[in-house]
Amino acid sequence: MKNLILKMADDALIIGHRNSEWTGIGPLLEEDIAFSSMSQDKIGHAWALYRILNEELGGEDPDKAAFNRSVKDFTCCHLVEYPIGEFDFSLVRHFLMDKAEFHRYDLLLQSSFLPLVNLAKKVKGEIKYHVMHADTWMQQLANGNEESKARIQSALNLVYPIAFSLFEKQDDEQAVIEQKVFVGEDVLKSIWVDDIANRIKEFGLTIPSSIDSSAHLGGRKGYHTDHLEPLLKEMTEVFAIDPNAEW
Amino acid sequence: MYGNTFMTAEEAKQMDQTQDNPQKLIAFEARIERGEKIEPGDWMPVDYRKQLIRMIEQHAHSEIVGALPEGTWITRSPGFKRKLALIAKVQDEIGHGQLLYSACETLGKTREEMLDDLLSGKSKYSNVFNYPAKTWADMAVIGFLVDGAAIVNQVINSKGSYGPYCRALERICFEESFHLKQGHDNFVFLATGTNVQREMVQEALNRWYIPLLHFFGPSDKTSVHSEKLMKWKIKLATNDDMRNQFLDQYVPKIREVGLTLPDEKLKKNLETNKWEFSDPDWDEFYRVVNGDGPCNKERLEVRRFAEEQGRWVRQALVNPQDKYVTPFA
Ligand SMILES: [Fe+2]
Ligand SMILES: [Fe+2]
Repeated sequence: MKNLILKMADDALIIGHRNSEWTGIGPLLEEDIAFSSMSQDKIGHAWALYRILNEELGGEDPDKAAFNRSVKDFTCCHLVEYPIGEFDFSLVRHFLMDKAEFHRYDLLLQSSFLPLVNLAKKVKGEIKYHVMHADTWMQQLANGNEESKARIQSALNLVYPIAFSLFEKQDDEQAVIEQKVFVGEDVLKSIWVDDIANRIKEFGLTIPSSIDSSAHLGGRKGYHTDHLEPLLKEMTEVFAIDPNAEW
Repeated sequence: MYGNTFMTAEEAKQMDQTQDNPQKLIAFEARIERGEKIEPGDWMPVDYRKQLIRMIEQHAHSEIVGALPEGTWITRSPGFKRKLALIAKVQDEIGHGQLLYSACETLGKTREEMLDDLLSGKSKYSNVFNYPAKTWADMAVIGFLVDGAAIVNQVINSKGSYGPYCRALERICFEESFHLKQGHDNFVFLATGTNVQREMVQEALNRWYIPLLHFFGPSDKTSVHSEKLMKWKIKLATNDDMRNQFLDQYVPKIREVGLTLPDEKLKKNLETNKWEFSDPDWDEFYRVVNGDGPCNKERLEVRRFAEEQGRWVRQALVNPQDKYVTPFA
């Protein structure tokens, strides 16, 4: 169960970090603000999850867990690690990821582990808005002009296979399922695949046909893209100045 | 965040030559005298509109350019609490930009036009943002003192005569008070922290002292006065008065935590009730205003990059005009 919560926390922290990078450079001021506020939500979710680990399961202090761990110990998936790229990349990632987050928290409402149920109740409401935001922009850009449509389709071709990294199983998954903490990644994945397929059709886009996601797996076991280490270095830069100080 | 508006001699001369309908002008000035707010559809002198556009636009640019130096520290903020606070703060600043662009649009200039003028260098933003935020301690100094200075200015301006600008400023000032609290918390935390932290914040303070003095614009002795700006309540306090008010409020708070300011002459004259300080290098001020500061290029390049990289998105919006309807308030 710890692994499940930790990977959720790591995913939220790293995508929150990435989305915060849009602050000040979005295509519209409104989008700066939107990405910035979604990143606050995500970082807030990460904080809450590390707190559950800390308070309920004997884990480290949240600031230690987030800002003082080596790259090998992170279990985020590859999807969240990639740099923000251009708006098309970030938007499609946001669309694919938040749909998965939405369904994950929806499933967690049935968890046998009460702290997760309580968190899920709160978080689901926030993620609903992230999903709405993504849907609105996907719809607009997929039906904007030739260029925007082409850009969104090619970002989708690129990101869709990577998004399967979200559902990479962890070694203790069977126990998590048996204890009814979570129904498991396969269930989540199949809900997500159907939902995404419907949406993509509505937008007038197409899902890339042959998917090989194997190259994007490993994150849950500590094997990351080259992007994570510099990200963590940046994230912990100030702590490193005086590791014994509080900040 | 915004410092203060000032004019070149040339601009002031031009302004004095504009002719408005004398009767309307009398009625207009009487309204201002009575403390009424001027609203977008009302008659207003040509120069009133022009100077307001200039000032509000500069203020708006200052908010979004001001978001950049702090924005670069978001990913590096130490710990959840500081990180969330900083993202929220920078987000507010961009929201301030948005509000102010809307206020300015009521005077007839679109956001796109304003952003174009920012990139071409035709319109300016607050000088203070042309200095780099070198360390984490800069977040404390900016949040506490640059925001603090901006609040002095913005509270005064919110008593001005143009309705939409005043209303935008009231909301802005409300949010700024949180920035100040956060900045102060960070500032005191570092000042009372480990030696390393204390040195960091002192070093940052030393670097920001001159830009903070410059923040309110040239001294009254040398700057071009415009009676009209004062009479029309576009400008409500002189640069020196605002600077003095700032020093009055903040120097004690800096000294209280045992930090110093790098100016031996800085002290309050108890007879005049005014602060005295070594004259900051005004040549440097003008150099930076005119584009030759440590970060002018970088700031505009980032904005240009954002504008260019995001152009396809704006063009793809089915009806981009929807986003840019002239607002009423
Ligand atoms: Fe502001
Ligand atoms: Fe502020």
